Amino acid sequence: MQYTLLILVLPLLSFIVLGLVDSKWKPKVAGTIGTIVLGIVTSLSYYTAWEYFTTHKINGVFEKIIPMNIEWIRFTEFLHIDLGILLDPISVMMLVVISMISFMVNIYSLSYMHGEKGFQRYYAFLSLFTFSMLGLVLATNIFQMYIFWELVGVSSFLLIGFYYTKPSAVAAAKKAFIVTRFADLFFLVGILILSFYTKTFDFGALTAEHTTVFAGSAGATFLGFGVISWAMAGIFIGGAGKSAMFPLQIWLPDAMEGPTPVSALIHAATMVVAGVFLVARFFPVYYFQTPEVLHGVAYIGAFTALFAAVIACVQTDIKRVLAFSTISQIAFMMVALGVSGYEGHEGTGFMASMFHLFTHAMFKALLFLGAGSVIHAVHSNEIKDMGGLRKYMPITNWTFLIACLAIAGIPPFSGFFSKDEILSASYEFSPYIGGIMTFVAALTAFYMFRLYYSIFWSKDYTIKAAAHGHDDHGHGHTPHESPFAMAFPLVFLAAVTCVAGFIPFGEFVSSTGADYHIHIDPTVAIMSVVIASISILVATLMYRKPTATPDKLAKTFSGLYKGASNRFYIDEVYLFITKKIIFNSVSRPLAWFDRHVIDATMDGFANTTQWISLKIKGVQSGQVQQYAYVFLLGTLIIAAIVIIF
Amino acid sequence: MDILNNILAGQVPIEAYLCVSLIMFFAGIYGFLSRRSMLMILISIELMLNAADINFVVFNRYLFPGHLEGFYFALFTIAIAACETAVAIAIIINIYRNLTSVEVGNLDQMKE
Repeated sequence: MQYTLLILVLPLLSFIVLGLVDSKWKPKVAGTIGTIVLGIVTSLSYYTAWEYFTTHKINGVFEKIIPMNIEWIRFTEFLHIDLGILLDPISVMMLVVISMISFMVNIYSLSYMHGEKGFQRYYAFLSLFTFSMLGLVLATNIFQMYIFWELVGVSSFLLIGFYYTKPSAVAAAKKAFIVTRFADLFFLVGILILSFYTKTFDFGALTAEHTTVFAGSAGATFLGFGVISWAMAGIFIGGAGKSAMFPLQIWLPDAMEGPTPVSALIHAATMVVAGVFLVARFFPVYYFQTPEVLHGVAYIGAFTALFAAVIACVQTDIKRVLAFSTISQIAFMMVALGVSGYEGHEGTGFMASMFHLFTHAMFKALLFLGAGSVIHAVHSNEIKDMGGLRKYMPITNWTFLIACLAIAGIPPFSGFFSKDEILSASYEFSPYIGGIMTFVAALTAFYMFRLYYSIFWSKDYTIKAAAHGHDDHGHGHTPHESPFAMAFPLVFLAAVTCVAGFIPFGEFVSSTGADYHIHIDPTVAIMSVVIASISILVATLMYRKPTATPDKLAKTFSGLYKGASNRFYIDEVYLFITKKIIFNSVSRPLAWFDRHVIDATMDGFANTTQWISLKIKGVQSGQVQQYAYVFLLGTLIIAAIVIIF
Repeated sequence: MDILNNILAGQVPIEAYLCVSLIMFFAGIYGFLSRRSMLMILISIELMLNAADINFVVFNRYLFPGHLEGFYFALFTIAIAACETAVAIAIIINIYRNLTSVEVGNLDQMKE
């Protein structure tokens, strides 16, 4: 299956060409090239998936195949960095998700970004992102993954800061980059510890079922935990940074400053699930070597899911609501991995996590693209500027509704199936975690329908003379349905969302590679559907028509409301720690030392030299006779010395 | 008095020649240091060269009678001095064309 290399090379070429040519080609040409390339990549990914899932099953287990692998750098006898392509069920599944969402976003952007300055640059960056993300999932070893991991971070940075003339976008881009980079430091430390003890970077060697590479680390402990636990915890922190787990979630809501299709692609469907993918990739290591870290993943995930869901209930910017919803849903996947066992029925969590990753990518991209469509129509991100849009935008309305039902977990939409599996896995692990997750699922249904009703129902839409919006060219007009290029991805993703739940996902992806038969636990399923329905009902009563209930509730729970509106002051805590503590007590003295001791020494050398040269400059008068006089004097002195001594 | 007697007797001692060349040489140095005109400086240089020539000839005559190297050196030096003078005069003419002056004190533009 050598042709899988093309999946990586094509987007890279597209990036290089579009990036070099930049504004020399017309925007339309650049957009078309980017989209066509992505189309080809998508078809190749589908073909790969088809070929892989139909032909590479041995004894009922999907094998890992490596169509190509080259040695890139050799450090020691054992340790070498390879570059290659690894195909296994999860990477093939990710291939399909990434290329498909990216393709849809490319099509969508043709219309959404139409007329924007830097359209070609935008498409170049989209290609770069797609290349990096595909490289990340296809990596054969941790180091290759780390390289692409950073590339993904860079392209995310570039795309968040796409409107680089807007200070808030620049700040958001920096924040995203610095926070994820900070987390990646732990990732790197984890990789180094792991490779030091296991003497390999290779996923195949690390995740094999009866692997011996961990023998060398037996008994090595640090602060009461095994070194491998520290390494795997470090790797998880890297994943938590990208996947916006508490307390590293602060960058994701701000990342919504980027163009909406970018949010759909990077900050909803693909890049933010890289952390989940990372944990899934290392799942056997977590499960067999460091189960305590895996449980930590579950607890952090459960807390993050709850935390983000509560905040999402009170945010007023539609993209921020979706951002917090994304954090919450990714946390769901993390919980599922954390609570998962390994083989057979025990492995529900792993399968459910991947399944939810798949379905979530579809419906969350759909939600973001729908939000983009709405923003395109009303030129505002704020809920208060919307309402009653269902009359004007029927396609957006229906597709958004389908996505909301899916995320709320209503059958027969895809979200129900995956979320149900996660819930039953959680209940098997611990009733508390299960209870929390059910509560979060209820909150999810509530805030999604709050959003839905606020946008499409509620009050009638009032046309403002000067709407202030994301692109600041406010002009009052009737909101209208988006053009075909934007409507098509919505309809397509909605169709996928409708049917994806019926894919026998467990037959393709499971922790061991063997078949896993999904069976829906009726108690959990019925309970979750009932709870979700109640939540939706509550949201309907509160938000379908403008009522006083939300304000009253906000007053009753004013403390909670205020805290959630301000995202529980986590950003302020970060600012306090960085600005007040680190900057003031560490950085400032160091800067002072640098400026007044190190720089001053160097300046001293320079100043002294300059002073001396100024003083002796007069000697070079240019008067020949003066030189001759000095020469003569010197000769006489030397002669005198020679004669006397 | 010995010297005077020797001179009168037709036997000029080496010191007499060296005195002359010494006086010529220091007159040259003095001229080189004190004159403002480049032509006068050039003449001073010639004076110093000639003092050296005298030394060549005298030392050859008194220390190695019968040899001719000193004389030839003197001849060579005269020839080279002529060439050098020609070059120097050419330079001085060019300077005069540019500055309409041959004052050596004006020539300090090349110090920086």
